[in-house]
Amino acid sequence: MIRFENVTKIYPNAGEASVEDLNFEIKSGDFVSIVGHSGAGKTTIVKLLLGEERPTKGDIFFEEIEVNKLKSKKLTNLRRRIGTVFQDFRLLPSKTAYENIAFAMESAGKTDEEIESDVPHVLDLVDLGSKAFHFPHQLSGGEKQRLSIARAIINNPEVVIADEPTGNLDPVNTYEVVHILKKINSLGTTVILTTHNKGVVDAIHKRVITLEDGKIVRDDEKGKYII
Amino acid sequence: MRVIDIKRIVRGGFLNFVRNGFVSLSSVLVMTITLSVVTLIILSQAVLNFSLGQLKEKVDVTVFFTIGASESEILNIQTQLEQLPEVANVEYISSNQALENFKERHSTDYLTLQALEELDENPLGATLNIEAIEASEYEGIAGFLESGDALASNQKVIIDKVNYFQNKLVIDRLIAITEGAKRLGLGITFVLILISVIITFNTLRLNIYIAREEIGVMRVVGAENHYIRGPFMVEGMIYGLVSAFITMLIFYPISLWLGANMTDFLGINLNTYYFANFFQLFAITAVFGILLGIISSFLATRAYLKK
Repeated sequence: MIRFENVTKIYPNAGEASVEDLNFEIKSGDFVSIVGHSGAGKTTIVKLLLGEERPTKGDIFFEEIEVNKLKSKKLTNLRRRIGTVFQDFRLLPSKTAYENIAFAMESAGKTDEEIESDVPHVLDLVDLGSKAFHFPHQLSGGEKQRLSIARAIINNPEVVIADEPTGNLDPVNTYEVVHILKKINSLGTTVILTTHNKGVVDAIHKRVITLEDGKIVRDDEKGKYII
Repeated sequence: MRVIDIKRIVRGGFLNFVRNGFVSLSSVLVMTITLSVVTLIILSQAVLNFSLGQLKEKVDVTVFFTIGASESEILNIQTQLEQLPEVANVEYISSNQALENFKERHSTDYLTLQALEELDENPLGATLNIEAIEASEYEGIAGFLESGDALASNQKVIIDKVNYFQNKLVIDRLIAITEGAKRLGLGITFVLILISVIITFNTLRLNIYIAREEIGVMRVVGAENHYIRGPFMVEGMIYGLVSAFITMLIFYPISLWLGANMTDFLGINLNTYYFANFFQLFAITAVFGILLGIISSFLATRAYLKK
């Protein structure tokens, strides 16, 4: 489903490669954890996959689509097939919880009826039904992240990418987020999780790709966090 | 773009305007200053044009006819003059009327009146007062009279003198002042509007810079560029419209004060002018503000939507 072929990314003025000669494939329905220290290149992989950055060398495929060659309009279409969750939540601060999710649906061209029926449902799913009209600054870290997950899954994406989703959360909220991600995966959605949280990775018991200085050093089917 | 998208974009713009209270307030204030500059310039132009118009009206060319020139010949010249495109108005004063005017002007000057009565016949000839549309056209009109074209039908010389040549210096100077004032006014207008437009543009750019991360999020969520940009443009439009309203409100007491206290000095009652042209003024400021808001927002978001 997703393929990185000889991908290298060197940021302008950085000198060193952020990721170097990456080769891996993620199949549909997989749950893959990408682990490594800060600066190992985890977030760069996410940005490359979303088309936020273009590789210096190599190709990235989403099914048969060459992500690195997509123009703005087609990139938008691709992004609608991917749900994203970020460490810093990246919610729209001037929109309520309800509107944040509705915005993702509006962007995908959904009708008002679909929005009115689906948004309350997904808010209930992440236990935010009672806070639908709260603004992000009125929510706790855990609630923000749950909202961010709700937004990521609202359009039934084929892939959910969670970039350090537990980085700003306490253990209880971390557990909850991981639990939701596993549930999403069990329903057939591919999940890509980047993290440096050993406890999270070890608890999942799924495929682990380990990065060190921008290179893949391990790729285990049922791996653990080993660096 | 679908109708539902337009509806959502407009709603988004309104919500942003209301929710970004302080940012909206500062943008409206800056734009109000810009629109006030525009309004002030329009009012100044009105004063300038009025004053120049009055000044121009005071200058005319008078054709003095010889005593005994027949009225039909004079009226014939008047008709010819009126047909010239550069002539605004021609006033005929008969010799009798000229005498009446003279007597009236000197009604307290018994010596002159007595001297006048000593004469057997009216010593004053008829005149034609000519007003040109532009001050610069007097020379041409005077030339026309001098050349004798006006007398082509009857060869007898009935024009005694044309006072253009006596007034030439004043007229030339007036032309220079009029042109200079117009050019200066245009220059100042251009510079002031340019400065205020740049300030407004930068304020809106700053607003959108603050929202750049939000724009990034919208892109990641899969929103198309027009859907991201649209609400910002609607917001810019609202800034323009609200600022136009505020500007008109601000100028209401100003025009009242100017009308009450400055009419003699300016020569024109700005309060009357303001109300007579209220809708035109509002339309100009609103359209200017709305366009400025929309274009600034469009350009400012472009930087974050390029990738």
